[in-house]
Amino acid sequence: MQFPREELFAPGHRGCAGCGAAIVARLLLKAAGKDTIISNATGCLEVMTTPYPETAWRVPWIHTAFENAAATASGVEAAIKALKRKRGKYKDKKINVIAIGGDGGTADIGFQSLSGAMERGHDMLYIMYDNEAYMNTGIQRSSSTPFMAATTTSPAGSKIRGEDRPKKDVAMIMAAHGIPYVATACISYPEDFMRKVKKALSIEGPKFIQVLQPCTTGWGYPPEKTIEIGRLAVETGIFPLYEIENGEFRITYKPAKRKPVKEYLKMQKRYRHLTDEDIERIQKYIDEKCKLLGL
Amino acid sequence: MCEVKVITGTSAAAEAAKLADVDVIAAYPITPQTTCVEKLAEFVANGELDAEYIKVESEHSAMSACIGAAATGARTFTATASQGLALMHEMLFIASGMRLPIVMMVANRALSAPINIWNDQQDSIAERDSGWIQIYVEDNQETLDSIIQAYKIAENEDVLLPVMVCLDGFILTHTVEPVTIPKAERVRDFLGVYEPKHAYLDPDRPITQGPVGVPDCYMETRKQVEEAMERAKKVIKEVNEEFSERFKRKYGNGLVEAYNLDKADTVLVAMGSVCGTIKYVIDELKKEGKEVGLLRIRTFRPFPKEDIKEFLKDANNIAVLDKNISLGFNKGALGIEMASILKNKKVCNYIVGLGGRDITIDNIKSIINHVEKAEDDETVWVGLKE
Amino acid sequence: MVTIAAIIYEPGSSIKNKTGTWRTFRPILDTNKCVKCENCYIFCPEGAIQEDENGNFKIDYDYCKGCLICMNECPVNAITKVREEK
Ligand SMILES: Cc1ncc(C[n+]2csc(CCOP(=O)(O)OP(=O)(O)O)c2C)c(N)n1
Ligand code: SF4
Ligand code: SF4
Ligand code: SF4
Ligand SMILES: [Mg+2]
Repeated sequence: MQFPREELFAPGHRGCAGCGAAIVARLLLKAAGKDTIISNATGCLEVMTTPYPETAWRVPWIHTAFENAAATASGVEAAIKALKRKRGKYKDKKINVIAIGGDGGTADIGFQSLSGAMERGHDMLYIMYDNEAYMNTGIQRSSSTPFMAATTTSPAGSKIRGEDRPKKDVAMIMAAHGIPYVATACISYPEDFMRKVKKALSIEGPKFIQVLQPCTTGWGYPPEKTIEIGRLAVETGIFPLYEIENGEFRITYKPAKRKPVKEYLKMQKRYRHLTDEDIERIQKYIDEKCKLLGL
Repeated sequence: MCEVKVITGTSAAAEAAKLADVDVIAAYPITPQTTCVEKLAEFVANGELDAEYIKVESEHSAMSACIGAAATGARTFTATASQGLALMHEMLFIASGMRLPIVMMVANRALSAPINIWNDQQDSIAERDSGWIQIYVEDNQETLDSIIQAYKIAENEDVLLPVMVCLDGFILTHTVEPVTIPKAERVRDFLGVYEPKHAYLDPDRPITQGPVGVPDCYMETRKQVEEAMERAKKVIKEVNEEFSERFKRKYGNGLVEAYNLDKADTVLVAMGSVCGTIKYVIDELKKEGKEVGLLRIRTFRPFPKEDIKEFLKDANNIAVLDKNISLGFNKGALGIEMASILKNKKVCNYIVGLGGRDITIDNIKSIINHVEKAEDDETVWVGLKE
Repeated sequence: MVTIAAIIYEPGSSIKNKTGTWRTFRPILDTNKCVKCENCYIFCPEGAIQEDENGNFKIDYDYCKGCLICMNECPVNAITKVREEK
């Protein structure tokens, strides 16, 4: 038996069939276990899991707003410390405080709150579930949307052809905070993701994991391809898997031979406007990035 | 027994938070509140207060962290003013909607633009509908006492709403007055510890706080807050009574304070420190044989409609002072509320003291003269330059 | 009656929402072909594949939304699909 059997993320949630965000939540809780408190930013995951009176969560969970999952979690973490010390609450239990937000809630509107929480040294893990756009509000671009991907606010027009800026490198910015643990992950590599969650939770202080999560609705592909596409993102070098532990950078998965980005791009409607030259351009860009990382 | 210290309003607020033995503080500096959170940082640094102090990067995060902490079951405190309160706006509604008994000191200050660090009450008035109980205090002693009372009110099972205690920037925050500091044990005895039943995050009881309020439940949650506000009126009065029994200080009936109302046909209605000036003028006029009254509104939310109607039933000239202005309606918030509940009376509205404009004794006297002569409801901006 | 602050006190109460009705395709798992690699188990966004009393993986059609990730990820083609009769 490879994976823990406890299901702390219940079925019946309203995520689209094949939703990658649901897979993030399920894997996360399998790795973290029941002594966990979740602070969830507004976004697909929050909305699909908690329409009153139904919740998919079997761990204590709080949602307050969109841009402040990290700040809310700061309060939770501080309260646990104070209540343990002053009133002997929670016995000696180690409680995992985990904030989770989408790419919009993390890289854009929640960026200040995240930076503050990481810099202050709270004992918490922040999970950025990255589906590369604002999905909950209908697929608008975020700073985590990749170059040339079409979204409703970066449409493929005749003059501007999809997103005109490269994807913001949030994990590296978090690493620049000097926190003890930063990692990237992808749901298509569950052992890797869960190992990283476990490792992060074994370290005291602020931790950050960016987990790539293909989104059938936003990326435009048939739902059964969610895992396959995530795998291709990694195999092509578009989304490298690494961890940075105490400043030490390490690739955690190295494709034997990188696949052409074309295989990945061709599967998704958000890239269907790309010409061969566009694909060539993206390939070059990825080649350069991979070279820097030693991929 | 107790100790008297000559301190500012912000220090009085910090002393109160210390006496309440708060567990978590999350705050961000802004004039004229800053000295409060500095004082608290000192208390924590010196071990005088055992609390987690979160040095957040903004007021939005301050309130978010307070919400997270309160939702975990901790007693929380924060303080802010003006732009900081405005930045918290989104989270204020969430704190009350999640029914978390957070207590906040608001050092009332004008809102930009133009930027202005001086006193008026526009900042907290702008949060009128946020579901927070609002207490406006007259002096530094009341600041300390009200913050202690605020925890007792907020944490009451019948209430479970956040409370902001509003004190006028600079006028109280930066002016020293003698303040009686009660013994910590007596405050602990009065407040007890916060043991929430409805909301705390604990793996042994995995609850979901802050879910999606679908149309099928949203209105009910709003109504529940309204009902809690209504119940808060009774609780505020009871807490005021119990406080006075234990600590020998009392603030009207908790909701309003009547001053020289019995024989007065002319009554001023106001909130905050200006009431001190008004009382002085009333005493002076009394010496001249003229009776003028004051109804000090202590809680703007919940709004003490019934008490106001009762206390003002015999008054004919009602002058409402507002340190705020509802632009586009040319009245202040208190003026609007008073007019809506006193339909058959002459209610004049005086816009005073915006952005730190002095409210002088002459201003108060001119208001009294004006309301007595006015034929109908009128709004007057007092002390404007030519 | 709506709870205070709409707090949900029943963990995992979403199980009341049977998402099986969403399906257009039904995955069929052939236990005889299954090599228990756990791919379908771990990748199912619904957690709809669980072990039965004999330790065989079984699809819970109350919740399976028919995304067919399990079929796509099965290395031995032990999962096939049929169109749901509506
Ligand atoms: C202050 C604020 N601004 C905007 C919104 C609207 N809004 C809700 S979710 C969302 C996008 C969420 O995107 P992301 O964080 O990437 O999560 P996803 O839905 O993609 O999972 C937006 C714009 C909001 N709720 N609050
Ligand atoms: S839009 Fe994407 S992330 Fe949102 S529920 Fe659907 S599949 Fe999941
Ligand atoms: S089709 Fe999708 S929902 Fe159904 S069992 Fe397979 S993976 Fe799970
Ligand atoms: S993916 Fe296929 S082989 Fe693996 S456990 Fe599921 S049915 Fe069995
Ligand atoms: Mg997103």
